[in-house]
Amino acid sequence: MIEIDIALTRPDGFSLQANFVAPDAGVTALFGRSGAGKTTIIQAVAGVVRPDRGRIIVDGETYFDAARGIDLKIEERRVGYVFQDARLFPHMSVERNLRYGESRSRAPEKRIGFASVVDLLGISHLLARRPHTLSGGERQRVAIGRALLSQPRLLLMDEPLAALDEARKQEILPYLERLRDEMALPIFYVSHSVDEVLRLSDIVVALRDGRQVAYGSVTEVMARPEVLPIIGRFDAGSLLDCVVERHDEVYALSTIAFAGGHLRVPRVDLAVGARLRARVRSRDVALALARPDDTSVSNLLPATITDVRLQEGPYAEIALDLGGSALSAMITRESVERLGLAHGMTVWAMIKGVAVDSRSPDFSAARKPSPQLAPLPGPEKALP
Amino acid sequence: MLPKVVVGYLLLLTLGARGSIGQYLDAWFGIKLIFTTAGATVAAAVVSFPLTVNAIRLSLEAVDQGLETAARTLGASRLDVFLSITLPLMLPGILSGALMAIASALGEFGATITFVSNVEGQTRTIPLAIYSATHMPDGDAMAARLVVVSVVLALASLLLASLVDRRIRAMMGR
Repeated sequence: MIEIDIALTRPDGFSLQANFVAPDAGVTALFGRSGAGKTTIIQAVAGVVRPDRGRIIVDGETYFDAARGIDLKIEERRVGYVFQDARLFPHMSVERNLRYGESRSRAPEKRIGFASVVDLLGISHLLARRPHTLSGGERQRVAIGRALLSQPRLLLMDEPLAALDEARKQEILPYLERLRDEMALPIFYVSHSVDEVLRLSDIVVALRDGRQVAYGSVTEVMARPEVLPIIGRFDAGSLLDCVVERHDEVYALSTIAFAGGHLRVPRVDLAVGARLRARVRSRDVALALARPDDTSVSNLLPATITDVRLQEGPYAEIALDLGGSALSAMITRESVERLGLAHGMTVWAMIKGVAVDSRSPDFSAARKPSPQLAPLPGPEKALP
Repeated sequence: MLPKVVVGYLLLLTLGARGSIGQYLDAWFGIKLIFTTAGATVAAAVVSFPLTVNAIRLSLEAVDQGLETAARTLGASRLDVFLSITLPLMLPGILSGALMAIASALGEFGATITFVSNVEGQTRTIPLAIYSATHMPDGDAMAARLVVVSVVLALASLLLASLVDRRIRAMMGR
């Protein structure tokens, strides 16, 4: 378990406060806009930045405790740090970069082998090259490998994809998913990207202006109203934990089930019974008072309004309960008035099948734990 | 910058036969600097010292501290980081500083003549040899030859410096 409870004020006046517990494996996303304090938190964990108060305990070892005067040196903390700008050593080959941390590891046993890392990240053909001859994506993969080979107790990733273009991001994301699924290693993942957070993380710590505004499982946190300003109206949506129920080969559709209902969506490339996380953007959800049968919309779900939040400008956010799962709809304030929507009313939520697209990264497969590793602890258990 | 003659004079006062340090160097270790090649070397080193220091300081500042932090997260101690990251990355600067020092030593005049005089085969640098040749009857041919030698040396060291620089930059991709 990783306990973070820190507070600090930087010389420029920026103050940060964070308090959360992360599980021993899986990805904990630090999510927020730039300047929210995400990077400062992982710098504090790495020992690059020293908090004013609080403590950091990783796997039973105290890295930092202001009250007890403990502050481990950076090199004693055994954290693998992947920087946004890769920071490969320019005077060394890729292989020597990879071996740098490996040969200096303070781990009692070498758990992560050179060959397996090179294989996992697909960098075997790059070993003899110099860092400056690599593409941005290759550089970042080597940086991840270098961090892994130092046999860390905790992997810190500071927006590893932010400096890359869309194509390079899509190139690296599968490697990050493999990393998450194949290594029993806790990962702190700093990101401002909703897509990356949804695709990779289990636990989310949402930060705004140096304050922790929400903390919990990804499904729950990304649905909270206080997190909405960070996500932005365009990307706001709900996550549904689903299971593939059946495939319809004639129309190339899949039926996926969630707690409280089903969705018909474009064919998912997963076996029946596989778990996945479906994301429905709030602005893709429409509401009707009576069941509209003569419509092209393929998903009509009975729902109960649990909250009506009128927002600035034309928007209103309607929180719905689908009989066990939460869904949010973004409609106009005018529509709220016209339909007389209020708390407790029963409505029909309409979700176009194509709005939930398996090809988009926000429709991500949930993990399949590899057999040799212990199953990851559920996010619920990790909550205090 | 201090005139070289002043530097030479100060060296004479401190390291000369009766200088504050020089007398002990001779009495305790038998080291004589006046009129010797060793003395000329000291003079060249002292004169080029600011050049070397500046080159090394600039190259130290040019080393990305982010790389040093990265090295420490990988388990390297401060000393290890200095030896494995900082120093190798400073190498281009140290090399160019050394080349500048050699070039300035080859052209040293003022401090040398004041501190260790102009002794043929001992303390006579190329500029001193040119100076001496121009004071001799029929020395013009000798002076001309030496001028050619110094021009060639200067060009060669300039060329070497840029070559080394380019090689290292290419290696590190900058």
